[in-house]
Amino acid sequence: MLGLTGKDFTLFLIVVVMVVFAPIILNPFPVDSAMAQFNAGYPDLMQRFLIFGIFAVGFNILFGLTGYLSFGHAAFLGAGSYAGVWMFKLLSMNVLPAILVAMVVAGLFSVVIGYVSLRRSGIYFSILTLAFAQMSYALAYSVLTPITNGETGLQLSLNDPRVLDGAASADGSLPVPTFFGLEMRDSWDVTLGGWAFTFNAGYYLCAIFMLVAFYVAIRIFRSPFGMMLRAIKSNQQRMNYTGLNTRPYTLAAFVISGMFAGLAGGLMVSMDPLAGAERMQWTRSGEVVLMTILGGAGTLIGPVLGAGFIKYFENIFSKINDNVLHGWFAFLPDGLENAIVWILHPFVGKGWHLTLGLLFMLVVIFLPGGLVEAGQRIGRLFSRKKKPADAAQKSTQSTPAE
Amino acid sequence: MGILEVKNVNKRFGGLQALGDVNLSVVENSCHAIIGPNGAGKSTLLNCLVGKLIPDTGSVMFDGQSVLGRTPYQINQMGISRVFQTPEIFGDLTVIENMMIPCFAKRDGSFRMHAYARSNQERDVIEKAEIMLEDVNMLDKRDMHAASMSRGDKRRLEIAMCLVQEPRLLLLDEPTAGMARADTNNTIDLLKRIKDERNITIAIIEHDMHVVFSLAERITVLAQGTPLVEDTPANIKGHPKVREAYLGETA
Ligand SMILES: Nc1ncnc2c1ncn2[C@@H]1O[C@H](COP(=O)(O)OP(=O)(O)OP(=O)(O)O)[C@@H](O)[C@H]1O
Ligand SMILES: [Mg+2]
Repeated sequence: MLGLTGKDFTLFLIVVVMVVFAPIILNPFPVDSAMAQFNAGYPDLMQRFLIFGIFAVGFNILFGLTGYLSFGHAAFLGAGSYAGVWMFKLLSMNVLPAILVAMVVAGLFSVVIGYVSLRRSGIYFSILTLAFAQMSYALAYSVLTPITNGETGLQLSLNDPRVLDGAASADGSLPVPTFFGLEMRDSWDVTLGGWAFTFNAGYYLCAIFMLVAFYVAIRIFRSPFGMMLRAIKSNQQRMNYTGLNTRPYTLAAFVISGMFAGLAGGLMVSMDPLAGAERMQWTRSGEVVLMTILGGAGTLIGPVLGAGFIKYFENIFSKINDNVLHGWFAFLPDGLENAIVWILHPFVGKGWHLTLGLLFMLVVIFLPGGLVEAGQRIGRLFSRKKKPADAAQKSTQSTPAE
Repeated sequence: MGILEVKNVNKRFGGLQALGDVNLSVVENSCHAIIGPNGAGKSTLLNCLVGKLIPDTGSVMFDGQSVLGRTPYQINQMGISRVFQTPEIFGDLTVIENMMIPCFAKRDGSFRMHAYARSNQERDVIEKAEIMLEDVNMLDKRDMHAASMSRGDKRRLEIAMCLVQEPRLLLLDEPTAGMARADTNNTIDLLKRIKDERNITIAIIEHDMHVVFSLAERITVLAQGTPLVEDTPANIKGHPKVREAYLGETA
């Protein structure tokens, strides 16, 4: 179906269902229960899940398949963001041109950076991409102020030309991004008993792009081109002595992943039309590396899981403060309660980085295949219990290419 | 004129003269063995033929065209395939994928952006790869991870990967090293068969004299970077200079 084999099609279908019903799935706790703070089903966060999912899926095409570890992908996210905001300022508040131009600009940007960086491999490649990204960040912050608006960040203003629909700002307030009239911030709230769900237009626009991006990634993974990229990771020397020029393959992978990053940037400004230089900073580039490795580099679904995991931590775990902890452990005697809160304090709230860092280390050491490997191990545990003969047979013959 | 003509090739590594005035002519459709003690410069010579190393002086002509100044992938596209001293295969890929990649290289050239095609639908490539696997008796390992195979199988796979490209010149660097006797004999049979069936010229480096004398029509003895003698196997066997340099015997 859709040009996907059975297994891939099932995976794609699961992702479609998860994404479509995410506003419900991510809000499992009633609004006024103590657990409500763990609900992640609000538009802002769900949009971020998808946008960073796209970013990581694209990054994985480069890193997961070819093994080239770029430390500068945030530059493409940033370039896409700026391009998107400029389209809002100059052309129209419709998100479509903004997103398309964001992808094109990020693509052009990655041709240049990729062409130079790919002259080296391994650590030198990583350093070159990092240098380029930091250069872009510094330029966006200072020299390129006319384009990027420096420290303040690029924003919409009432006197932007917006040649196609300048009238949108006629009522005196800033216009908002739309998809042919449908405002991205439009939401439809549903209350069911104690539960509340929000279905947001912007989220579903992101969902469409994310699903298309995910589909494209599956097709690339299963194409001869994807096989070449995996072969490059496996043995570049053999590639060369087999008559294959690896440079155009790696450059193509680099540009594709750059355009995915551009798409993510374009969507980001479509949800919130604001672009700042910090979006290009190296910590952002590092974040997408973490997402991919945490989820499982080189796997299809891994980067999406990793992106969701990290964004959930960043937004939910960071909200657990001492008051919340005291609330949870109030049933304990005072002394013990204080002691436990004191122990947990560094790991929650502002300390969420610490917990995430520890988790990341555990995953890298014990589960080199990331969350996907964890899932596979659990799956194998169950299937072994059910039909041991079948599982034993499977482990001797590894999965076929198709 | 041979299909491969090496003239006055010199290669130095710092103070070490790895190749000194090497001349070599390999006749089309023959099997030419290069033997010599460890460190004689045999692998270095092959490296100069496939673009891994550039000779300091001299010329290397393949089918009337110079290979010098070309990159390894361009030289391969001219029709030269090489098997390495330590197997160079795609360890992370399955056996069939290992075979498909040279087939793609042969069909589509050094680069083709086929990101929208599906590898499991490339019938012609899969078929060709499977026939070759059948030929080297490895079809039962089709879906195995290449890295998990024995060393002998990896070698056989690497040879198959080179053969499926239908090269005009096949360079083999100790193809039977580390193989069990039975595997060695299989490899000899395979190489004999493909040479007869497919018009392939073979240049082989080998320490195993059994392999050399079963395959070679001409033998060049290399010692300390210089060819000592070049002759037929029968004459080489009894050559005093060879016994001295290679077998460490005094005549
Ligand atoms: N890249 C290099 N840099 C420096 N010295 C080298 C290099 N490659 C080979 N040599 C040296 O050149 C000499 C010839 O090496 P080569 O590998 O060609 O020998 P060989 O005949 O293939 O030996 P063996 O039978 O052990 O494979 C050796 O002394 C080796 O140490
Ligand atoms: Mg050698």
